[in-house]
Amino acid sequence: MRRLALSALALAATTLGAVAGPDPKDWAAVLADARGETVYWNAWGGSENINAYIEWAGAELKARHGITLVHVKLDDTANAVAKVVAEKAAGKDAGGSVDLIWINGENFASMKRQDLLLSPGWAEDLPNWTYVDVENKPTIGTDFTIPVEGLESPWGMAKLVFFYDGARTDAATLPTDARSLLAWAKANPGRFSYPQPPDFVGSSFLKQVLSELVADRSVLLAPVDEARFDATVAPLFAYLDELHPVMWRSGRAYPANYPAMKQLLADSELDIIFAFNPSEASSAIASGELPETVRSFTFPGGTLANTHFVAIPYNAASAAGAMVTADFLISPEAQARKQDPKVWGDPTVLAMDRLSLDDRARFEALDLGVATLKPDELGPAIDEPHPSWMDRLEGEWKRRYGAAN
Amino acid sequence: MLPRLGPPAAILLLSGPILAGLAGTILPAFGYLPALGGQDLSLEPLRRLAAAPGIAGSTMLSFQAGLASAVLSLGVVMLLVAAWAGTPAFSRVQHLISPLLSVPHAAAAFGFAFLIAPSGLVARLLSPEITGWQRPPDLLIVNDPMGLSLIAGLVVKEIPFLLLVTLAALPQVPLARTRELAASLGYGRIAGFFCCLWPPLYRQIRLPVFAVIAFASSVVDVAIILGPSTPPTLAVRVIGWMNDPELSMRFLASAGALLQLGITAAAILAWLVLERLGAIVLQTLSIHGLRLRRDGALRMLALALTLAGALAVFVGLAGLALWSVAGLWQFPDALPRGVSLKTWVATAPRVAEPLATTLVAGLVSTAAALVLTLLCLMREDETGRRPRRAAALIYLPLIVPQAAFLFGLHLLFLLGGVDASLWALVLVHLVFVMPYVFLSLSDPWRAFDRRYEAIAAGLGKSRLETLWRVRLPMLARPVLTACAVGFAVSVGLYLPTVLIGAGRLTTITTEAVALASGGNRRVIGVYAFLQMLLPLAGFAVATVVPALLFRRFRAMRV
Repeated sequence: MRRLALSALALAATTLGAVAGPDPKDWAAVLADARGETVYWNAWGGSENINAYIEWAGAELKARHGITLVHVKLDDTANAVAKVVAEKAAGKDAGGSVDLIWINGENFASMKRQDLLLSPGWAEDLPNWTYVDVENKPTIGTDFTIPVEGLESPWGMAKLVFFYDGARTDAATLPTDARSLLAWAKANPGRFSYPQPPDFVGSSFLKQVLSELVADRSVLLAPVDEARFDATVAPLFAYLDELHPVMWRSGRAYPANYPAMKQLLADSELDIIFAFNPSEASSAIASGELPETVRSFTFPGGTLANTHFVAIPYNAASAAGAMVTADFLISPEAQARKQDPKVWGDPTVLAMDRLSLDDRARFEALDLGVATLKPDELGPAIDEPHPSWMDRLEGEWKRRYGAAN
Repeated sequence: MLPRLGPPAAILLLSGPILAGLAGTILPAFGYLPALGGQDLSLEPLRRLAAAPGIAGSTMLSFQAGLASAVLSLGVVMLLVAAWAGTPAFSRVQHLISPLLSVPHAAAAFGFAFLIAPSGLVARLLSPEITGWQRPPDLLIVNDPMGLSLIAGLVVKEIPFLLLVTLAALPQVPLARTRELAASLGYGRIAGFFCCLWPPLYRQIRLPVFAVIAFASSVVDVAIILGPSTPPTLAVRVIGWMNDPELSMRFLASAGALLQLGITAAAILAWLVLERLGAIVLQTLSIHGLRLRRDGALRMLALALTLAGALAVFVGLAGLALWSVAGLWQFPDALPRGVSLKTWVATAPRVAEPLATTLVAGLVSTAAALVLTLLCLMREDETGRRPRRAAALIYLPLIVPQAAFLFGLHLLFLLGGVDASLWALVLVHLVFVMPYVFLSLSDPWRAFDRRYEAIAAGLGKSRLETLWRVRLPMLARPVLTACAVGFAVSVGLYLPTVLIGAGRLTTITTEAVALASGGNRRVIGVYAFLQMLLPLAGFAVATVVPALLFRRFRAMRV
């Protein structure tokens, strides 16, 4: 009898928990719900300045809204997706272990496709959404060609930017596109590398080269056409076959990710590195990781650009707390702090003309640093290919180079 | 009454998780995992494993690393003991090496990686004056495809382990008398030791050698830091498959974990063959009367190799400590340009939580292991039997490769909904802590002079009182040392913590390894330093407390 009562109770708890998530249109209720919740934020944890920023956000959320933010440090965002997938398979449709994920691209596409995200879309109803620059930043509305539909809330802007040390490398010799990068690498053997895919930045390098070399770039905006895949990617792999022998360690070892490349630039092992954050170099100079002679450059023909987001899984235990966190992250205060190279240097997703004068002043007061290019020097943006390309490119890369020996 | 429960409880706690975990690995490896839609037994996962690119390379790497690490580290220890055991120099080496045992593998590996990299500490010290390098050369040293730096990193950490277990076994052979006998027959130190003392000594340390093979062939953290990445070792790949968003990859991961079990078994089998060959060689040499009378050079080599290994770890760790306070430190500067506590200040608030988890998991699992060990040993006293099979069981968690049963266990915990709970973490830590606590406490316990207890009983004290007032206080030093060893083991555990903690319960070690890939040496320095500090604190307690306790008892001082 007691067991029966218990299971009835458990059943009631599950059904109650499965009731639709908090409604951001009734923000006061969301705030009330969120108070006292613990938000497990699954976010890549490989960079100290980002970890420190998340730490700061946690302290602010605690003070303002009584939310405890726990940063679950990932080495690959796919791991967080895996957790949600496993929970869904195990029938854990409420009280999940992941409340918020730092996400974009193929991981978002995969979660959206498998209905693993909190729906209906909630991001556009967040109070701070009014400041978001939807008009001029199209990647906020479409993430790697997939419509966002409010299922994730923007956090920062990314653009592929290269860095070099002016004390060692003459700015006049720098490459201007993928082809001249290859020529540069041949002239300077052992001084260029890229993170080993499936690292996000490493895979992005593959997409950058493919986008430049492919005959018709619009093919990449559609899902992979298996019949034409080999022909489409042939120029990329021909390029890599030429590049690897003149790369760092002859392409037999790779840096793990972009912070590792930063260390290698400081060690004089590499001469040209890249990151998805235009202020990466200024930020590293401020923290004493790179010498003050480091500068940035991009390709005049354009480099990849995208937006990174935060999303809430459908079974999040603290969905209200996660929403308040997402809203806080797009507040002018949090965004301005994030853009400060001394903190992180990640570009904002907000529109300056929508901000109050005080808030705009916060951004204008920022010293973006000597090594950061101005927005008009960043060059054109190349659209991210459809997420299916990332999967296939990574698989193909692994087959060709990941198990070479 | 209570001691009677000790042995069954220990057996259940040690073998239960391992057997359950193995089942949780083997069934999905053959396609059976109803929760993920695997209803029927099939060979499909194994087929997919065989088709995975570079799987042969990964398999060979793991096998190689397991066997080579054991051969090299045992070789050095063997030579060192043969050449120097019983001399004053030997006890000095022993004191130098013992602290290395408490350095977690990951911390030692970071230090080692920074030491030997082309832009590492050695190159910085020698450049540009001696090497002429203004810039680091493009040499593949760390992460080399053959896994040589991985093997080197494992060897420098396994030498202290094997040396200490050999030291524990050494009193059981008549060292001084046999040395005199061999010398009077005209044998050199090394040859005399090998002929007369090595065979009985080796028999005692066989299981620890197997443990080295199992560990080295299935290690994850050291392989991530020092091992190759194109392709990585099998255990590293299995972790990747386990974490893949595609759930069907779990079947592949289980098949991989099964293969890992096979590789470790194969490496141990290969070792058994080597044992035979070694015995034949030793016999042949003995029969031919090889005396090796002038072995001075070989003796020096043994000492040099051991010291070089220890030095590599110490200097590497010192280099990391320096990084943790370094400002800009470019190649080829031998020292950083500036020194600041900025990294420590910035990292401190983020260390608190992992530190708390590390302490709780370490202290609780060590306390539980101590209680269990004491119950088992008391039961041994009661029955007067030392079950031989139980001894092998104690080593089970050290010999079954972690990867093989932890994946299954993780899956079971996940299905049971207790993953990422502190209790599950403590339980898994206990599995690995218990053997070390038992092994380090059992010898001093058995060596205790039981006449003290007889006197206490004669004075009318109950058994419990005798234990509490006489035996435990007198054994305070070994008991605390065993606890320190257990705590050090718990602090250093990587794979069990990562899998069972599911990323939500992080310890200093998992944080350090997660940061390793980022290559931020300053932060890695902070974590590696803490990783080192915790076990040292444990050993400091084990030294200071008995000294205070016995300050009025001259006979109890060291």
